[in-house]
Amino acid sequence: MNLHEYQSKELFSDQGIPVLNGMVADSPQEARKVARQLGGDQWVVKAQVHAGGRGKAGGVKLASNLNEVELIASKMLGSRLVTKQTDQIGLPINLVYIEIGIQIKREFYLSLVIDRSKESWTFIGSSEGGVDIEMVAEKTPERITKYTVDPIFGIDSNQLNLMAEKLSLDFHLKEEFTSILKKIFVLAKNTDASQVEINPLILDQNDTFFALDAKIVVEDNSLFRQSELVLLKDASQENEVELRASENGLSYVSLDGDIACMVNGAGLAMATMDLIKIHGGEPANFLDVGGNTTTEKVTAAFELILENQNVKAILVNIFGGIVRCDVIAEGIIEAVKTTDSPVPIVVRLEGTNVQSGKAKLLESGLHIISADDLSDAAEKVVISAVNYGKSI
Amino acid sequence: MSILVHRNSKIICQGITGKQGTFHANQCIEYGAKIVGGVTPGKGGQEHLGVPVFNTVNEAKEQTGADVSVIFVPARYAAEAIVDAVKARIELIVCITEGIPVKDMINVKSKIKNSDSKLIGPNCPGIITPEETKIGIMPDFIHQKGSIGIISRSGTLTYEAVYQTSKNNLGQSTCIGIGGDPIKGLNFIDCLKLFEADAQTQGIVLVGEIGGSDEEKAAEFIKENVTKPVVAYIAGISAPSGKRMGHAGAIVSGNEGSAKGKYDAFRKAGVTTVESPALIGETMQSLLS
Repeated sequence: MNLHEYQSKELFSDQGIPVLNGMVADSPQEARKVARQLGGDQWVVKAQVHAGGRGKAGGVKLASNLNEVELIASKMLGSRLVTKQTDQIGLPINLVYIEIGIQIKREFYLSLVIDRSKESWTFIGSSEGGVDIEMVAEKTPERITKYTVDPIFGIDSNQLNLMAEKLSLDFHLKEEFTSILKKIFVLAKNTDASQVEINPLILDQNDTFFALDAKIVVEDNSLFRQSELVLLKDASQENEVELRASENGLSYVSLDGDIACMVNGAGLAMATMDLIKIHGGEPANFLDVGGNTTTEKVTAAFELILENQNVKAILVNIFGGIVRCDVIAEGIIEAVKTTDSPVPIVVRLEGTNVQSGKAKLLESGLHIISADDLSDAAEKVVISAVNYGKSI
Repeated sequence: MSILVHRNSKIICQGITGKQGTFHANQCIEYGAKIVGGVTPGKGGQEHLGVPVFNTVNEAKEQTGADVSVIFVPARYAAEAIVDAVKARIELIVCITEGIPVKDMINVKSKIKNSDSKLIGPNCPGIITPEETKIGIMPDFIHQKGSIGIISRSGTLTYEAVYQTSKNNLGQSTCIGIGGDPIKGLNFIDCLKLFEADAQTQGIVLVGEIGGSDEEKAAEFIKENVTKPVVAYIAGISAPSGKRMGHAGAIVSGNEGSAKGKYDAFRKAGVTTVESPALIGETMQSLLS
């Protein structure tokens, strides 16, 4: 789960990580008001969306008077921001964050991530801040320094000092810098974050550090014990269909193609998408109905799939293990009757009670195309999609 | 032979009295697994599925001499359950539970590394040695005793590989679902080592997916250390970057973790790959003939 910059900065501030004065606003008038409250003669207006690359996309703008603050906010609010990290539709800007302007002397990149290959937390620092860190890693890897925390012994201060040295920080800044790193670590642990990122961390003219941007990603499996953070969830930044799917216990990801699929198991669901592609089609979604599927879940899945107007055929691929194929067949029949859609459906069933499952589909009298194996299913669904496309 | 588990493996089940634990432990028993006890704190002294229930793993291990534990404990308590099993010196811990916080798994892994215990999972279907023992949730009837070792990050795709190798009359020596989480117990290399050393295993199927770099490391390892034929399939060649595809660990981030990168690594290492999951069985068949 992503947090907005303004939410992350509040958590930073609570932890003692230095941030600039700033306030959030949901209307141009409010933006003007909070800018006046913040004082000064320069402000930065920042679109609050769950995506990086805001600066280049016009989501971060400088204003030198209150009229400009109001004007920029009015242009941002209610529009959608398309960045390198979003799709072509972009994300809605419902809030802007107004922050006082500052003169920057140096910029750094700093983050703490859960590092799957090291099976621990890794700090990443770079003397180049405010830029795409993956680009830096690719083009100038020597400008990146990393330190993996030992999960048993915790943080080693010497290693933090070493990071400071590698970033060519003056001696008198070391202590402040390493104290920020330690605070990030505590914050990450307390919030169950899989990533805490400051890009950039800056030094101003007085050699004071500030986190100019802030990003916290709370790991989804931990949400059950982060009830306060769950309240910060902004549903407007999520894909609406994916959100509804998860409420129904389904794992769904929207894609650009026209062949929908419904599968049990995440791996098999990905494999099904791959098969569609190999046979010349384009998958419209990833959809895992899970291991213990019910008729209700199957119906909910069909309804989600059919909301997508691009869908020209559906492939149902079930490997019945604990779930019996005859139960799945009943679910499919029920769903097809309820949704009453003309979109062709190809079904591949395998596993427990497969014969009785197939018989049920046949007896139903519904137009369901039965497939014998994975390749057969993929071929049939691709042809069905082409034919259906011609018929409409 | 087989790897890690066999007909005489003595198994306890943590969370045996729960709904999932009850259902699956019973299925394991029916398959022939020697489940010798269960653990549910506060329910010690009871009997469930015909075996004694204990309050702690320690007690269960002392009383039954179990060497394997299978865990069906809810996500919020599962990490603690694994640590309990490590402390009780259980040799092989199989954790089925999905949804364990990754921070908890960092702690678990640091404890495992300093112990003699091995962990399979979490978020996995478990391990089965056909016609001997089943420790997990896989549909057992698709398995057939034979010569192929299967290692997979995905549950249902393991079943697909099993089904195809059974259909081709190759059968399986042992099948391990290593799980779909980013931080987990045994990885591909650990299992490849065991299969390479196992006399019953003639060929190895490796089913990977997007996310992380375990497949790339496995490719390197195979090139240097594995003499038996390997067929590799990677799920997610059509998956978009930055989106989590069901499994917690299945995400392409930037340039890392893409299916293409993994396929390239296997090809570079001279490992046979299939881009269609439908071809796993027949490709292995042709490699062996």
